[in-house]
Amino acid sequence: MSTELDYRTQEQQVDFTQRMHPVPGAAEPEQELLTLNVGPHHPATHGVLRLLVTLEGEIVRDLKPVIGYVHTGIEKTAEDKSYWKVIPVIERMDYLAYFFNAMAYIGAVETLLELEVPKRAQYLRVIHMELNRIMSHLVWLGTSMLDLGAVTVWWYCFREREKILDLFEYSTGQRMHTRYFQVGGVADDIPRGWEQKLREFLADMPSRIDQYMDLVNRNEIVLRRLKGTCPLDEQTLLELGVTGPLLRAAGNPWDLRKAQPYSSYEDFDFKIPVGQRGDNWDRYAVRMEEMRQSLRIIEQALDGLPEGPHITDNRKVALPPRHELATSMEALIHHFKLVTEGFRVPPGEVYYPVEGPRGEYGCFVRSDGSSKPARVHMRDPSFVNLQATAPMVKDSYIADMIATLAMLDPVLGGVDR
Amino acid sequence: MPDAPGVELLAQELREAHPDAVVATEHFRGKGAIQVKPERIVEVLRFLRDKGYRALMSVHGLDYYPEEPRLGVHYELLDRERVDRLTVKLRVSTDDPRVPSVTPDWPTANFQEREIYDMFGVVFDGHPDLRRILMPEDYEGHPQRRDFPVGGEPVLFTYNEDRGTGYTR
Amino acid sequence: MRIVKREKSQAAEDLRIRQLRARDMLRGDLEGEDLEQYVQERVITTTLEKAVAWARGNSIFPATFGLACCAIEMMSLPGARVDVARFGYEAFRASPRQADLIILAGRVSIKMAPIVRRIYDQMLEPKYAIAMGACSSSMGVFNNYAIVPADKFMPVDVHVPGCPPRPEAVVYGILKLRSMIHQDPALSWRKRHGAERTVEVLPEDIERFEQEAAINVFKRGDTAGA
Repeated sequence: MSTELDYRTQEQQVDFTQRMHPVPGAAEPEQELLTLNVGPHHPATHGVLRLLVTLEGEIVRDLKPVIGYVHTGIEKTAEDKSYWKVIPVIERMDYLAYFFNAMAYIGAVETLLELEVPKRAQYLRVIHMELNRIMSHLVWLGTSMLDLGAVTVWWYCFREREKILDLFEYSTGQRMHTRYFQVGGVADDIPRGWEQKLREFLADMPSRIDQYMDLVNRNEIVLRRLKGTCPLDEQTLLELGVTGPLLRAAGNPWDLRKAQPYSSYEDFDFKIPVGQRGDNWDRYAVRMEEMRQSLRIIEQALDGLPEGPHITDNRKVALPPRHELATSMEALIHHFKLVTEGFRVPPGEVYYPVEGPRGEYGCFVRSDGSSKPARVHMRDPSFVNLQATAPMVKDSYIADMIATLAMLDPVLGGVDR
Repeated sequence: MPDAPGVELLAQELREAHPDAVVATEHFRGKGAIQVKPERIVEVLRFLRDKGYRALMSVHGLDYYPEEPRLGVHYELLDRERVDRLTVKLRVSTDDPRVPSVTPDWPTANFQEREIYDMFGVVFDGHPDLRRILMPEDYEGHPQRRDFPVGGEPVLFTYNEDRGTGYTR
Repeated sequence: MRIVKREKSQAAEDLRIRQLRARDMLRGDLEGEDLEQYVQERVITTTLEKAVAWARGNSIFPATFGLACCAIEMMSLPGARVDVARFGYEAFRASPRQADLIILAGRVSIKMAPIVRRIYDQMLEPKYAIAMGACSSSMGVFNNYAIVPADKFMPVDVHVPGCPPRPEAVVYGILKLRSMIHQDPALSWRKRHGAERTVEVLPEDIERFEQEAAINVFKRGDTAGA
């Protein structure tokens, strides 16, 4: 009896508070630091990102990302090809936002050429870009929830993604890396029936987004893992050059579609979702709302789609339509020159930014007057956003690091180029 | 974008503040650019930050081969309040490719300067951690210089490896 | 009782013949040649190896090895539209020790190549490799300094071209691999390259191996990179 009483009293005297909620700066039990290599081959790193994580217990003290595992030398390859042949190569940089890569590069080349793009082509570009934004966010949502363990969301997201890829295949001929945007417009007009199919998709999609939110928004585990974890304040994010949904989640409504509109974005009425605290939950919510706003933009663009040519009339830059080749000699010569040599661009240096699903994609093109670009550089948002990982996850649990990495949405193709 | 007179005025103020910094100004396709001397880049960027260009969006390098000085570094600045963009350029030669690093003032330039070092060989003095970022650590050469070959190799598939590498020729 | 085969064979007569033969079999009246013929026609004989190969081919665990754009198309493989679970391939394993098949989806850069090789080495035999996409098969769109074709450092069984290949194309490649496995499950590289023995690499030999490995194409009997 007496031993039991002793045991009980002993139990009540143990103080767990410091173990459960370690206060930074207070005297902590000595623990040694462990450097863990979350290697390039890891199910949770969203590609081949290598993280050298210094842990104290389960708390991350330092994080060093090591990148370069999918470096493809795209920028160097692009210097070797004529301007329109660079488009398929540039598209493969950030492989989830291929239309944005193409838009940034083509916008830069069009600025160099001082080329005007017909309105119909601009609207078609907007529709495809917003569809790509939705698709990129769907893949993000699916893989992030996969990392957190909510596997069901992945199947739902990929079901919708197949619908979007069907639309892309219908209008452009390929599911991914479509080479649809060309210098001066788009490669081909939309086929009959595409508008119908797109409207069906637009009618369906809001309820699907509701389905995802049903799965996630009241899920206790997801809420615990995302709410309040790894916040980063707006000032640090601005210093680190972070753009896109991460910055908007911290409260700064900077969006190039509204600030520096390009390709007729000023014609559309849409809102910019902005978060309050900048934690993982806000990053998730901002992207979900962005998907809804993209649907609004597509609907407005589809309703207001003007008639007209789908590519510029300037035959020195855009291929002439096939029926002209049989009748007009100049068209034949233009076609020949464009296909063999390509068009020449006046010398200069241009930086053209667009707002992609991860932030600001800026394409820098330097031309030296020949038919091949002298330098193509893509300012990729994932590359710059990755620098924010270390401040975000400092002093939080390693499980939070996984969740933060998921919410950061890095696409290593863009990071490494 | 500041228009052409705006860029000239800005360059004038810059010349008054830092006398020997500005080399040239240009205004191309609606955007202004100021070319500065490499040693003065940190002061120039600080000056422009006080003028309102608080965001450094991109730091990228390029190779002007065969013009000398060969290597260039461009800094893309953004003023969010007035939605203005400005480029600051500098040129260094391959013999002495040293540029003061702007990373202590602008943390966003960290990875980007590492990439320029990796791809072009421009050494940034004062960078906290200057090592190769995209290529393997022990790689020799700076791939994105214009005189570096694009590379590429013939592919030998597994099932016809008996024939040796000569099968493509 | 002898079975007489008629000249004009109609379906009903064949059926009757088979019925009579089956009745005789049950009675134990068939013997000799008739018995052998009966057995050949009716009883499925197989060897144990074939059965194992069939089972093995139908239950491959792919390793998750997505590198770049092809990885996104590989992710839609277990999705609902193109469902590789019909073939038994939906169990993507993160650990290479538990995986049979490595689907190299994406471009292999020179920094990543030794890591892919290490993952491939960690897989247990028999193991198979599919190079998915143009970049891993044959340098793809980017024929430049930064990319390595997968055949340079590991033996690949099936190449699936495309940039990125449609999920249906990958399924076609997977089914080809499955039929290859059904015919000959030991597709392992040791047998293919005659690399049966192990060679002890002494420190003074390492340099010679590295020089020979500069070309890095597997020659028969060469155990470099084992």
